[in-house]
Amino acid sequence: MAKFNLKINGETHRLDVDPTTPMLWVLRDHLNLQGTKYGCGVAACGACTVHLNGYAVRSCQLPVSTVKDQEITTIEGLSANGDHPVQQAWLEHDVAQCGYCQAGQIMNAVSLLKLNPNPTDEDIESAMSGNICRCATYLRIKAAIKTAAPK
Amino acid sequence: MKNDTTTQSRRTFLKATALTGGGMILGIHWLSGATTTPAASGLDLVKDTYVFNGHIKITSDNIIQIMSQNPEFGQNVKTSLPMIVAEELDADWKNVIVEQAPFDLKLYTRQFAGGSQSVKTTWKALRTAGATARQMLREATAQFWNVPLEEVTTKAGVLYHSKSEKSVTYGEMAAKAAEIPVPKDVKLKEIKDFNIVRSPRKNVEGINIVTGKPLFGLDYRQKDMLIAMVERPPAFGLKLKSYDAKAVLKMPGIKKVFTIQVFPEKYERQIFDTRTFNELVVVVGKTTWEVMNARKKLKVEWQPITTSIECVHTFSSERDETIPAGLESTDNHYLKMVERSAQPATELRKDGDPETAFKNAAQIIERTYTAPFLAHNMMEPINCFALVTDTEAFFAAPLQAPEYAEKTLATRLGLPLEKIEIQMTRMGGGFGRRAYAHYMVEAALISQQAKAPIKLIYTREDDMTYGIYRPSYTATYRAALDADKNLIAFHVKGGGVPEHPIAADRFPASAVDHYLAEGWEIPSNITIGAFRAPRSNFNAAAEQSFLDELAAAMGKDPIEFRLQLLQRAKDNPVGKHDNYDPDRYAGVLKLVREKSGWGKPENAQKSRGVAAYFCHNSYAAHVIDLTMKDGEPVVENVYSAIDCGIVINLDAATNMVEGAVIDGIGNAMYGALTLKDGIPQQNNFNQYRMIRHHEAPKKVDVHFVQNDIDPTGLGEPPFPPVFAALANALYKATGKRFYTQPFSAELERRQGD
Ligand code: FES
Ligand code: FES
Repeated sequence: MAKFNLKINGETHRLDVDPTTPMLWVLRDHLNLQGTKYGCGVAACGACTVHLNGYAVRSCQLPVSTVKDQEITTIEGLSANGDHPVQQAWLEHDVAQCGYCQAGQIMNAVSLLKLNPNPTDEDIESAMSGNICRCATYLRIKAAIKTAAPK
Repeated sequence: MKNDTTTQSRRTFLKATALTGGGMILGIHWLSGATTTPAASGLDLVKDTYVFNGHIKITSDNIIQIMSQNPEFGQNVKTSLPMIVAEELDADWKNVIVEQAPFDLKLYTRQFAGGSQSVKTTWKALRTAGATARQMLREATAQFWNVPLEEVTTKAGVLYHSKSEKSVTYGEMAAKAAEIPVPKDVKLKEIKDFNIVRSPRKNVEGINIVTGKPLFGLDYRQKDMLIAMVERPPAFGLKLKSYDAKAVLKMPGIKKVFTIQVFPEKYERQIFDTRTFNELVVVVGKTTWEVMNARKKLKVEWQPITTSIECVHTFSSERDETIPAGLESTDNHYLKMVERSAQPATELRKDGDPETAFKNAAQIIERTYTAPFLAHNMMEPINCFALVTDTEAFFAAPLQAPEYAEKTLATRLGLPLEKIEIQMTRMGGGFGRRAYAHYMVEAALISQQAKAPIKLIYTREDDMTYGIYRPSYTATYRAALDADKNLIAFHVKGGGVPEHPIAADRFPASAVDHYLAEGWEIPSNITIGAFRAPRSNFNAAAEQSFLDELAAAMGKDPIEFRLQLLQRAKDNPVGKHDNYDPDRYAGVLKLVREKSGWGKPENAQKSRGVAAYFCHNSYAAHVIDLTMKDGEPVVENVYSAIDCGIVINLDAATNMVEGAVIDGIGNAMYGALTLKDGIPQQNNFNQYRMIRHHEAPKKVDVHFVQNDIDPTGLGEPPFPPVFAALANALYKATGKRFYTQPFSAELERRQGD
C-alpha cells in the first residue's frame, strides 16, 4: 500500500492503495466514479478511456503510481451538467443504445477533436477504432463528432 | 442503498400500492433523485403523488411518472414502452419522467427482454393502462365541473370543456381522478390520432448515459459490499479436483476462499438454467483489483468430467440432455459435422415427393454452409450484486429474464418467491446471454456463504470463455430443377453442435411442390444459449445465400425469384402454411428494391447483394453495396427495408436497425469462438475480432413499411439477413461464393491460395 494525492476532475483526492492498481479501479472502487467503464482490462476496447493532462488514455493500463501530479479528467468531470459540445452532440444524434461504451467513446472523441479540430471521416474512423461499441452505434458516433467539431 | 437513483425497489412500491388499493395516496416521495428525462432535471422535491395503476402516477404539480416494465439492454424499451402509455394517456411528453419498474408479476406481465417481444406483448396492456387513467381523469373532471363526460376532452395533459372554456391540468385533477373506480372496457385511440407513438423521441436515459451516471449492474454498490470472483476450469470437459488457497489468503484485501456448487446433484434444469461449470472456487475480497490479483495465486487441480445426463425443462416439454466427457476442438467438430450430415437425420417437414423429384431432376444444385460458435461479448461483463440472509435475498443485476431467475433462485436457496427481490439494472448489452442467470445463483451462494453483501464480477476473460455460445452449425441445401430450369424440389438438412438450427415451416416451405427439411445434432459439453435471433442468424445466412446462387443458376433476378416463390406461397401454398405472410415478406423486398435502385443502370457496376428474412414476427430485407480495397471488402451503402408493424419511435428504431446491420457484418466477417482441447482460443478483444469504427459501412439507409399492423418486434429480425446480403455482395465483388463463416478467414485462405 502507498499514499497518493491525485488530481481528478479538478479536486485533489488522498488515498492509500496498492501502487500497481490501475486508475480504472481506483476511480471505480476507491473514488466511486463509476462513469469510467471496465470492458477488457487489456487496452483493447476503450471503455475505460479518461484524459491524462487533457488527452485520452486507457485507464486500465495506467497504474496509480505513474500518475503523480498529472491531471485526470473522467466523464463526470467533462462538464458540470452534460453541456460539453461533444455530450450535446451525442444527445442530438441520440447515439446510445445500451450506453455502456459511450463514456469511453465521448472521452476519446473529445481528445480527438482537441488534436484535430476538423477531422475527416477517415480521421474519425482511425482515431476511434480502439473503442468498441458492441451495439454498433458507429455511424451515430461519427455523425456526433462531426456535429461537435466546429464548436 | 447508494446509487439507486432510477429504480424503485419492490418493497417500497408494494407499500405504496397496498396503501392505495388502486386509489389515492399522499406524500409518497417517488421522485427522489430520478432524473430520467430532461423535464425532471431541476426537480428536487415532489409533493403528492397519485397512483393510477402499475404504469402511471401523477403528481399534483403535474409530473407524469411512467414506469417502464421491461429490462433495458439497449433496445430502448425504457423510452418506447412509456411512449405507448403516454400516447393513450394523452400526456405531454415534456412532463413525463420514466422510472424502471420493479420486477413484480402482480403488477406486470412478461417482464422479459428477448425474442423481440417487449413491445409486441405489452402493446395492448400499455395502451389500456394509459387509456384507463385518461378516462379516470375525464370522469373526475366531468363530476367536478358538473358537465357530461363526452364534453370533457384532453390534449397534451390538459382537460378541456370547450363550451364553458374551462381547462385544468392532469396534475390538478390527479387527486380526484385517482379515487374514481377503475373503468372497464375503455376505448383506445384511433391509430391515425397518434402523436407520441410514431414520432421520434430521444432516449429518456440519454443525459445519464453521456454524463456517466451509475446505471449499470457493474456500477451498483452497497455499503460494506465485498467483491467476488470465481475460478473455474480452463477448459470445457474439466471439473474441480482440489485447490490450495494458502497464498491467496495472504494477499492484501482477501477475506475468504471457498467453493460453491451451483446446482445440487440430480437438479432438473429449467429453461434458462444452463451453466457450464457446477463447482467453482470463489475468492472474496475488498476491491476488484485485489481479488483479480490474488486469484492468480490460487493453486487448482482439475480433472476430466465423466459423461452425464441432465433433465432439462423447456417452455413446453422436458428432455434428457447428454453432456459427453472429453476435450473438444473446433477442427474435430467440423469433421464430425461432415460425417454426421452424411447419415440419416430426423424428418422435420415433408411436402410432396422430394425423393422422386430429385431423382427426375435435370439439374441438382447442392451447397453446404458452416458457421462457428459465437460469443455474445456484451460490453458490460457478467456481474451480479447479492445480499442473501437466512430469510430473504436481494439482487441487483443486469438480467433479461427475471421471472425465470427468480424461480431458480427461490428453488436453490429454499426461499419463497416473495422473499426474493430482484432489481433490474440497465444492461450493458445482452443479446440473449443475460437470460441465463447462473451468475445470479453463483452470487447468491457466495453471499450466503460469505455472510456479506457481495458483487460477483466476471473479468472479460471469464465472460468470453464461459460458454453459452451461439451453437456451431452446418446445413446442406439442395435444389432440383427441371429441364426448363423450374424449381421443383427443395431440401435442407441441417445440424449443429449441440443443436440443429432448422425452422422447417419457414420460407421457402409452402412455395415449392416437393420439400424436405431434416435436422441432426451432435452432443457436446460446450454450452449454448440464445444469441440475437437464435438459429435464424444461421438459417438466413445459409438459405439466402443459396437462393442467390439458385437464382443465378436459373437465370433469374434474385429479388424477382424470391417474389415469384412468395406469390406461389400466397396463391397456392403447399402443405401447412401458417408461418410467414407472403405479402409482408414481398413488401420488404419491393421496398428495398425501390430504395436501393435495384436493377437501375446507374447501379449496374456495383457489387451488391440482397437478402431477406422473416423471424420473430417481423420482416427484413437488405441490399449491401461493397468495394474491395487492398483485398479487404469495404461496405459502402446498406439499404434496409423493415416491416415490424407500427414503429413506436422512429429514430430509435432506425438506430436499432443500423446497429443490427453493423453487428451482422461484424459477426459474418470476423465472429468466431474456436476451441482447442476444450480451451477457448479467444479470451479477450485482442483475440476475438469485433467490428470497429473503420469497418462499419459508410451509410445505412433504413426504411420501414408503413402500415397499421400492431407492432411485431424489431431487435432481432434485421440481423439474420445481413450475413447473406454480405455474402452475395462479396460474390459480386470477388467472383467467389462464401460458404464458411467468418468470411474474413475465408478471404485470407483464398488469398493464400
Ligand atoms: S477496459 Fe481499458 S481498454 Fe478495455
Ligand atoms: S451503446 Fe452498447 S456498447 Fe456501445
